[in-house]
Amino acid sequence: MIAPADSNNTLAIQLLGIMEPIPQNLRQSSAGKISSWIRKNFITSLGIFIVVLLIWRIVSVAQQDSYPIQYWAFQLINGLTLGGVYALIALGYTLVYGILFMINFAHGEVMMMGGFAGFFTLQLLTYLGWTNDTPFSSAISVVVMMLAGMTVSVLTGVILERIAYRPLRAAPRLVPLISAIGASFFLQYTALLMFGAIPHNYHKPSIFVGVWRIGETGIIISYTGAFIFVTSIIMMIGLYIIVQRTKLGRSMRAVAEDKQIATLMGIDVDKVIVFTFILGSALAGAGGVMLGLHNTVIRFNSGFIPGLKAFTAAVLGGIGNIPGAMVGSLLLGIMEALGPSALGLPTEYKDVIAFSILVLVLIFRPTGLLGEVLSNKKA
Amino acid sequence: MALLEINDIHTYYGNIHALKGISMTVEEGEIVTLIGANGAGKTTTLRSISGLIKPRRGKIVLDGEDIKKYAAQELVYKGIVMVPEGRGIFSKMTVGENLDMGAYSRKDKDGILKDLGWVYELFPRLKEREKQIAGTLSGGEQQMLATARALMANPRVLLMDEPSMGLAPVLVEAIFDTIVQVNKEGTTILLVEQNATMALSIANRGYVLQTGEIVLSDTAVNLQKNEMVQKAYLGIE
Repeated sequence: MIAPADSNNTLAIQLLGIMEPIPQNLRQSSAGKISSWIRKNFITSLGIFIVVLLIWRIVSVAQQDSYPIQYWAFQLINGLTLGGVYALIALGYTLVYGILFMINFAHGEVMMMGGFAGFFTLQLLTYLGWTNDTPFSSAISVVVMMLAGMTVSVLTGVILERIAYRPLRAAPRLVPLISAIGASFFLQYTALLMFGAIPHNYHKPSIFVGVWRIGETGIIISYTGAFIFVTSIIMMIGLYIIVQRTKLGRSMRAVAEDKQIATLMGIDVDKVIVFTFILGSALAGAGGVMLGLHNTVIRFNSGFIPGLKAFTAAVLGGIGNIPGAMVGSLLLGIMEALGPSALGLPTEYKDVIAFSILVLVLIFRPTGLLGEVLSNKKA
Repeated sequence: MALLEINDIHTYYGNIHALKGISMTVEEGEIVTLIGANGAGKTTTLRSISGLIKPRRGKIVLDGEDIKKYAAQELVYKGIVMVPEGRGIFSKMTVGENLDMGAYSRKDKDGILKDLGWVYELFPRLKEREKQIAGTLSGGEQQMLATARALMANPRVLLMDEPSMGLAPVLVEAIFDTIVQVNKEGTTILLVEQNATMALSIANRGYVLQTGEIVLSDTAVNLQKNEMVQKAYLGIE
């Protein structure tokens, strides 16, 4: 069969074997019109089909209505908390992609290292009695923990850039990607050798023990969740201000647009790239500590799945786009928290939902929600 | 002593010997032009001076100091500023932000503000479009912006690569008028051009480049009268 060159969907249509010409008499009928529209807009029709299927499933599950409103509220809050953590990690992916057009697949592990640093700091502070002494000392210990996590993540990220990425900057784009995957495994198994395979428990500082109850509604918000959400929002705003308003942020945007022209302005491109890794890794470190507090455990592979999820969130929002990473992360967090119940699936399916979203976004809107059309240079 | 002295530089792209021993000088306050056909090595010469590609041999001396050892971004601080071929503006930033980027290498806030006023005087059109995204400007406006942005760096030597490229004749004249004006106000200019007629009409001196070698150098007035130049570059039979 000769493939017509005018449609990108031809291959899919061929595979489904619906390329046979429609009989002349059918062409005039409405059924004929619909089928020819489907032929022309294959991807869109597939999308509509999936949406209809999902809505049908959600509605039919909702009719059985087994969950009270408090449950949904609880899940929504849970989703926002998780989304906040994803956002902190996703921003690292997006920042690095924006400048190097490379997916830093070791970013989840950078986060995990921060999580471990937070864990050991927490152990030390608990031993010193800070975490449970007074609310003030407890709050201080949280800050120290976050700073420790951020510091270790920044060190990891910067060393990674220097050793695994910088020497490959002139290489074809697949090469640093493979290097990143290698670095990811290297960091995971380094953590395995150093800290063992057993999960390490985060003992919450006393300031985080407890919940708010909202009136008589029965809705509860845990202190940890509120802390995670508010802190991540503050950090996102901080990052946005750095990128948009400061000289360093402007030089980051300049390097993202054209490294050579940026050089001609007197910008040291290497320094800007290192700074980008510092920013992204610091956020990831904070995210790692928060994830530890949220999940209450950390182990050597704790960075892997959240890293992939944050990558999904960055793609969902439009990779390379900072507000996109924030929006995509919160959306992904919510969908992951509400999805299983809304679709009447066990909660174990939340990862399936998250990664199905990745696949669907890549098929139907590769540029993401807020992304721009990628030029050849970037794509 | 010349402000900028290029002494026998040899530049390679891989194994291709692109510049085969170029020597030239630029005196303070001059407009010097480098003319030649496509592929003669004009852009390579500018890229060698601005540090984007390092010559394997030879010296580049600015004010008595060999500047070959500096990286491209460091040379901006030394006063070597280039307007690249094809303009190279930051198309996602606003006009104002582009000009800010031009002043990246400077710390003197008052001087920056003064120069901003000056470039807006030179290019009133840019002032009108200060908040506009640079990618939406017309070709002529983008060339103005690229020039203005380079001036914001307060250059000692301004390197211009084909400012006339892709512009309508009337815009080319406007750009060249501005180049003359900028030069009158004290900026030294090294201009690379395919449009030899225009370039020689504003320059003090000129060099003619052929396949990586300088074949002729003289005052612009003499070059305009030179039979070989007339035939090869000015379209006069």
